[in-house]
Amino acid sequence: MNILYDERVDGVLPKVDRGELLKQLRTALPDLEILHTTEQLKPYECDGLSAYRVVPMLVLLPEHLEQVQTILKLCHALQVPVVARGAGTGLSGGALPLEQGILLVMARFNRIIEINPEGRFARVQPGVRNLAISQAAAPYQLYYAPDPSSQIACSIGGNVAENAGGVHCLKYGLTVHNLLKVEILTADGEHLTLGSDALDAPGFDLLALFTGSEGMLGIVTEVTVKLLPKPQAARVLLASFDSVELAGRAVADIIAAGIIPGGLEMMDNLSLRAAEDFIHAGYPTDAAAMLLCELDGVEADVHEDCERVEQVLKRAGATRVRLARDEAERVRFWAGRKNAFPAVGRISPDYYCMDGTIPRRELPAVLRGIDELSTQFGLRVANVFHAGDGNMHPLILFDANQPGELERAEALGARILELCVAVGGSITGEHGVGREKINQMCAQFSSDEITLFHAVKAAFDPAGLLNPGKNIPTLHRCAEFGSMHIHQGKLPFPELERF
Amino acid sequence: MAPDHDHTAHLLEQVNQALNERGALRIQGGNSKAALGRQVTGEILDTRPHRGIVSYDPTELVLTARAGTPLDEVEAALATHGQMLPFEPPHFGPSATIGGAIACGLSGPRRPWAGSARDYVLGTRVITGHGKLLRFGGEVMKNVAGYDVSRLLAGSFGCLGLLTEVSLKVLPKPRECASLKLQMDVDQALTQLMAWGQQPMPITAACHDGGFLYLRLEGGKGSVQSACDRLGGEALCSSYWAQLREHQLPFFHSATPLWRLSVPNHCPALNIAGKQLIDWGGAQRWLLSSAADDQVRGIVAAAGGHATLYGETDTPFHPLPAALLHYHQRLKQQLDPQRIFNPGRMYAEV
Ligand SMILES: Cc1cc2nc3c(=O)[nH]c(=O)nc-3n(C[C@H](O)[C@H](O)[C@H](O)COP(=O)(O)OP(=O)(O)OC[C@H]3O[C@@H](n4cnc5c(N)ncnc54)[C@H](O)[C@@H]3O)c2cc1C
Ligand SMILES: Cc1cc2nc3c(=O)[nH]c(=O)nc-3n(C[C@H](O)[C@H](O)[C@H](O)COP(=O)(O)OP(=O)(O)OC[C@H]3O[C@@H](n4cnc5c(N)ncnc54)[C@H](O)[C@@H]3O)c2cc1C
Repeated sequence: MNILYDERVDGVLPKVDRGELLKQLRTALPDLEILHTTEQLKPYECDGLSAYRVVPMLVLLPEHLEQVQTILKLCHALQVPVVARGAGTGLSGGALPLEQGILLVMARFNRIIEINPEGRFARVQPGVRNLAISQAAAPYQLYYAPDPSSQIACSIGGNVAENAGGVHCLKYGLTVHNLLKVEILTADGEHLTLGSDALDAPGFDLLALFTGSEGMLGIVTEVTVKLLPKPQAARVLLASFDSVELAGRAVADIIAAGIIPGGLEMMDNLSLRAAEDFIHAGYPTDAAAMLLCELDGVEADVHEDCERVEQVLKRAGATRVRLARDEAERVRFWAGRKNAFPAVGRISPDYYCMDGTIPRRELPAVLRGIDELSTQFGLRVANVFHAGDGNMHPLILFDANQPGELERAEALGARILELCVAVGGSITGEHGVGREKINQMCAQFSSDEITLFHAVKAAFDPAGLLNPGKNIPTLHRCAEFGSMHIHQGKLPFPELERF
Repeated sequence: MAPDHDHTAHLLEQVNQALNERGALRIQGGNSKAALGRQVTGEILDTRPHRGIVSYDPTELVLTARAGTPLDEVEAALATHGQMLPFEPPHFGPSATIGGAIACGLSGPRRPWAGSARDYVLGTRVITGHGKLLRFGGEVMKNVAGYDVSRLLAGSFGCLGLLTEVSLKVLPKPRECASLKLQMDVDQALTQLMAWGQQPMPITAACHDGGFLYLRLEGGKGSVQSACDRLGGEALCSSYWAQLREHQLPFFHSATPLWRLSVPNHCPALNIAGKQLIDWGGAQRWLLSSAADDQVRGIVAAAGGHATLYGETDTPFHPLPAALLHYHQRLKQQLDPQRIFNPGRMYAEV
C-alpha cells in the first residue's frame, strides 16, 4: 500500500486557496521569508526518507516567535494544514510535505539562549543542532547526552519531536530522559510551557506525552535540556565473533554481569567491511560480527569494568578482544560506527534503513530471521545497530533504478518490522512512524488503541491541522491494510518456532 | 501472602458497570498515599486482588507486574538478582502497590541522578474511560510508535485510566555503596552541591537538615573509595536513606503542614517561615510551615519551582496556568469523558 497521502483512506484535507493564503501571509507578516516558486520549493520536497517526495504548497522560514504564532493563528483560521520541519534528517518521512499544506521550517531558530553550568541546563531555540549544545557546554566540562548519529545536522526540535536516541542511550537515556522543559505553540497558536526548571512539574506529564509526538500536537519553540558532567574516562573494547548469534548472546551476558556500558553496538560483516573501507577504523574484516563496548565513568571503575567485560566477552566466545590503545584509536573505532550508514551507501546505489526494537534475548533469532528473509527477497541486508537497547537498524541494499527493487526492499522491510512485533518488539525505536511506518502501526496496535491515539490528538488539535496523515493511521487505512494484521496468537510468522 | 491472580475481567466489569450507571470510581491500591491528593467520592475499586509478577528476565532489565502487586514483593524479586527499581519509590507503608507507585509518580532520593518513576516506565496495560483494555509501550527499551501514553499515565494519580499492568526498566544494584555526613550550614552545602554537580562524582543521594550534609556514594570500589577519601566526614548508616524516603526521619514527626517544594537544582536557600529539609541535592525541599498557601506558592514559583501540600486540603497541587489547565480538561474529556476515574483527585476541574 502506497504511503503518500491518500484522501480516500487518510481523510479529506481542507481545500486551500493558495493565492489567498499567500496574500494574507504577506499582509500579516511583511518581513517573513516565503518560498513559493517551483525551484524554491523543490529542495524541501523530502526529508531523510528521500524515496518519497511531495512539493509543498508554500515554505515558510520564520525567524521570530511572533511570526510562528501569527502563522499558526492564520492557518488555523483558514484551515491550512501545517507540517513542521527542523533539519530534515528524519528517516521516517515525518517532515514529508503536503501539496495542500505549508511547510513550517524552524531551522532559523538557531540561537543558544543560555548555558547554565550551576543549574546544569542549556536553554536553546528549536533549530539548534544537537552537537552545537555539547560544543557550547564543553568549556564547562558538561555535555548533552543523547547523541544521534546525525548529531552534526539534526535539530533539537526534531529530536524532541522524534524522542531521538543515540549510541549512549543505553546508559544515559533518550531525549525524553534529558529534557527539563519545552515551550510550545498549539495548533491555534496558544503558548504552553510543558515541564519546568525543576525536575518535575505539576499536573499531567505533558512533557513526556509531547516528546516523540512527531509535530502532531504542537510546534516546539524552545527547549531546556539537562547537561551532564563529562565522564572522567571512556574506554572502548572491540570484540570479534565468528557468528552474529554469538555476538548477540554476548550482549545479554554483559548486562547479566551487572554492567551497563556507555554504549554497546554491533556490526555484522557486511557493515563492518563497508565501514572499514570508508573510514579505516581498524576493524577485523574477517569477523562475522563485532561488538563495540564503551565503558565510561570514574577512572578506577572504568578500569575494573573493562577487565570484567573482557572476561565476559571471551567466555561468550569472542575470538579476539581489543582495548583501544589511546583516545585516537577510541575515536577511530567510533568514527567507523557513526559513519556506517554512509559507508553502506558507498557499496550500494540505495539503502533503506529499518528501526525495529526487540527484547535483547531475541537478537540471535531475529538476526537469523532477517538473514532468511534477505535470501528469500534476494536483497542484501547489513546490520549495524544499538545492540544494548535491542534497537536494530537493518540496512536493506537495493538499486532504485532496477524496476521493482524499491518495492521489494519495502516489502522486505515490512516483513522485518512484523518479525520485531511478533517477538514482542516495536516497529520503531527512535526514527519514528512518520509516513513510512504508517501501515505497520496497524500491525502493532489494535483499532481501540489507535482510537485512543486519535483521542489524544483531538485534545490538542481537534481540527487535525498539524502534520495530517503522520504517526497514527486512520482506522480506514488499517481496514485496508487489515489482511496483514497480527491477531492475538495468530502471528504471521509460524516459522518463528524454528529459530 | 495473597496468591497471584489475573483479575482483569473483574476490573473491566467494574469499570463498565460504573460507565453504565454513570458513577465514579475511587481507584485504590494499598491506600498508602491517602495523604496526597484531593478527596474523591466514588465507589472503591480495589486493585489488590489483581496481583503477581507476570514476567521478569534479569538479563533484559525488565519486570512486568500486575498493578496490585505489593511494591515489597517487586523489590524482593529484584533483590534476589542483585537488581533494583532505580527511582527508589517511597512506600509509605507495607501495603503500597506497584500500580499506585507509578500512578503517583513519586521518586526517592536517587531521582536527580538516576531518573524518575516515569523515566523507567516502558509499557502499561490500561482500562480506559471507554471501558477498553489497551496496551501501550511494551517490554523493549526504546519504542516511539504512537504517543507515549504509558508515561502520560505515570503521575496522573489514576485520573486518566486504570493501570492494570506496568513494565518497568530495572538496573543492577551498584557494587559499592557508602554513606557519610559532613558538618556544614545550608549555604555552604548548596554551594558545594552545585560545584560537585558539575564534576563526575559518584553521588546518588544528598540531603541537608540544617546542620549536616548527608551524602550517599555508589559505583565501583575505586570511585566510591576515592570519593570517601576526598570528602572525609563521618560514616553514616545507610538506613538513613530509607528513613528519608519514607518520611520517617524525626523532621517529619510534626503536626505542622508538610509541603514538598520542587525547585531548580541550583536554587539558593528559600526564606519561608518554618523548618526545611533539603533533598535531591537541592532540587526537592521538604517544608514544615503554617505560612499561608499563597505565600509559600508565591515564593517557590518565583524561584522557578512548584509546591505540593500534603494532608487534607482542597488544593494539594500547585495551581496550573489557565491555558494549561484547559488542556488538562480536554485530555480528561477525551480519555475519560464520563469522569469515572478519581474525578477531582488532582484538580477540582479535572
Ligand atoms: C545518517 C543518519 C543517522 C541518524 N541516526 C539517528 C540516531 O542515531 N538516532 C536517532 O534517534 N535518529 C537518527 N536519525 C534520524 C534523525 O536524525 C532524527 O529523527 C532527528 O531527531 C530528526 O531531527 P530533524 O531536525 O532533522 O527533524 P526533521 O527531519 O526536520 O523532522 C522530524 C519530525 O519532527 C517534526 N519537527 C521538527 N521540528 C519541529 C518543531 N520545532 N516542532 C514540532 N515538530 C517538529 C517534524 O514535523 C517531523 O515530524 C539519523 C538520520 C540520519 C540521516
Ligand atoms: C481512611 C481513609 C482516608 C482517606 N483520605 C483520603 C484523602 O484525604 N484524600 C484522598 O484523595 N483520598 C482519600 N482516601 C481515598 C484513598 O486515599 C485513595 O483512594 C487511595 O489513596 C488510593 O491509593 P493508595 O494510597 O491505595 O495507593 P496507592 O496504591 O499508593 O495509589 C495512589 C494513587 O494512585 C492511584 N492508583 C492506584 N492504583 C492505580 C492503578 N492501578 N491505576 C491507576 N491509578 C491507580 C490511586 O487512585 C491514587 O490516586 C481515603 C481513604 C480512606 C480509607
